[in-house]
Amino acid sequence: MTAEYSAGSKLEKILKSGQKAVTCECGPPRGADADHFRHKANYLLKCGDAVNVTDNQTAVVRFCSMAACRILMDMGIEPVMQMVTRDMNRIGLQSNILGAAALGIKNLLCLTGDHQSFGDHPQGKNVHDMDSLGLIHTVKTMRDEGKMASGTELQGRPRMFIGAAANPFADPPEFRVVRMGKKIAAGVQFIQTQCIYNMEKFRKFMEMAHDMGLTEKAFIMAGITPFKSVGMANYMKKFVPGMDVPDSYITRLRGVPKDKVAEEGIKIAVEQIHECLEMKGVAGIHLMAIEWEEMAPVVLEAAGLLPRPQVTAD
Amino acid sequence: MVIAESKPLAEILDMVKDFKKIVVAGCKGCVTVCCAGGEKEVAILSSELRIARKAAGDELEVKEYTCERQCDPEYIEPLDDLVADTDAVVSIACSVGPQYVAARYPNLRVYPGLNTTSIGGATEHGVWKEYCQACGSCIIGNFGGLCPIARCAKQLLNGPCGGSSQGICEVGKGSIPCIWQLIYDRLQNLGELHKLTEVQLYKNWSTSRDGGLRTTIREELKQ
Repeated sequence: MTAEYSAGSKLEKILKSGQKAVTCECGPPRGADADHFRHKANYLLKCGDAVNVTDNQTAVVRFCSMAACRILMDMGIEPVMQMVTRDMNRIGLQSNILGAAALGIKNLLCLTGDHQSFGDHPQGKNVHDMDSLGLIHTVKTMRDEGKMASGTELQGRPRMFIGAAANPFADPPEFRVVRMGKKIAAGVQFIQTQCIYNMEKFRKFMEMAHDMGLTEKAFIMAGITPFKSVGMANYMKKFVPGMDVPDSYITRLRGVPKDKVAEEGIKIAVEQIHECLEMKGVAGIHLMAIEWEEMAPVVLEAAGLLPRPQVTAD
Repeated sequence: MVIAESKPLAEILDMVKDFKKIVVAGCKGCVTVCCAGGEKEVAILSSELRIARKAAGDELEVKEYTCERQCDPEYIEPLDDLVADTDAVVSIACSVGPQYVAARYPNLRVYPGLNTTSIGGATEHGVWKEYCQACGSCIIGNFGGLCPIARCAKQLLNGPCGGSSQGICEVGKGSIPCIWQLIYDRLQNLGELHKLTEVQLYKNWSTSRDGGLRTTIREELKQ
């Protein structure tokens, strides 16, 4: 990992300084209500080194990631713009990368995206001109070589700190680290994992990543989502593909009085954060308090991750 | 082969509701093999239409014919006499057929009786699955001979994604095998797993329908 900055974002600087970084997540609303988004984001103001803005997550239409990133920047929050290849071809994707860079967005998370059959427009057409690997390579080529996917020269390179997701819990298990390695080889500098619940599996994943030298090449941030309720834990276990929720957590949540479940969920998240941060190669935490943004500061405070380091982006 | 299935009878009845005389034209090609548009299906659909219209007190005269193929102009020709005195043709070939019929008879109404679903084959009696999307530049050699373009819901070139669980794709409510798991298993059997560590970049979609209507020309065969 080179000491020079490829984008000079706060997130990049903190990760490269060797400090454990924290990112949070804020999903734009299903409408044009910017105040609602600002209200949620406000909870994250001093929480994360950067805040991810999802791109029509679960294939549900929301206001666009780039606009939401701009709103965050106006609030003094550094955004991580998520971008999926489901909805745009290489023309649209590259145009948005350039536009995002022009607005000053410095962190980009490259994803393929959830299939539209899970969302609110299942009859829509998906694009998939390229997958997340193609997008990673595209951004890197634009940034480092000043060229588009077609080879056309750019006038002004997009300075982006390039990220991607990894799911340690999908199948085939032995290929998950290899696939993350492909993303890193294609140009990824930081990884945010899928929500981790099966700590043992994640530990093995990190050991493999470490053995393959991947933790030296990219910053791996452990994805944590606190349980809000028993129902949520059950839903995650049964219905969210690629999610591995051990029964022990569900039993534990069931074992406390109803009005204490959320508290217990937070306690679990804090324990998970500590456990993850002790693992070799975990460079930070990606806290996804889904529709529970107000709890992000509580979790991070309890985990001893606040206050965040004061760093200025380029 | 081209796989197709019958449209719902109500939809076909609605297409022909204004007519008194129609021809139902089948095809002895792919749609005969996938039991959607051969001689037998022509007879069944024709009877269903006659019965339904009779029951509605508005009788429909239906003539039946099954072309050798509907994707060659010379095999459409035998319809000339039959359609001379007809209001419309319902073609139960793949959707190539009705377009050939339309091309031959500029003043005749033509309707599709089938939905063309895919290029594929039978996997068991009565079950047909998609195997090819006719992208025009076959890359399955990179993937153990299996196609992620047709068979992965996200057309990943670097799968499997996080939605692959116990060999099953997250799309399709448990009914679709994850093609990337199958590719993985196959390359493992062949001792070629290293192929999956190579990053596959952009696919050239200009040979697919994205490049515009495709024409295949074999100069040596042209007359």
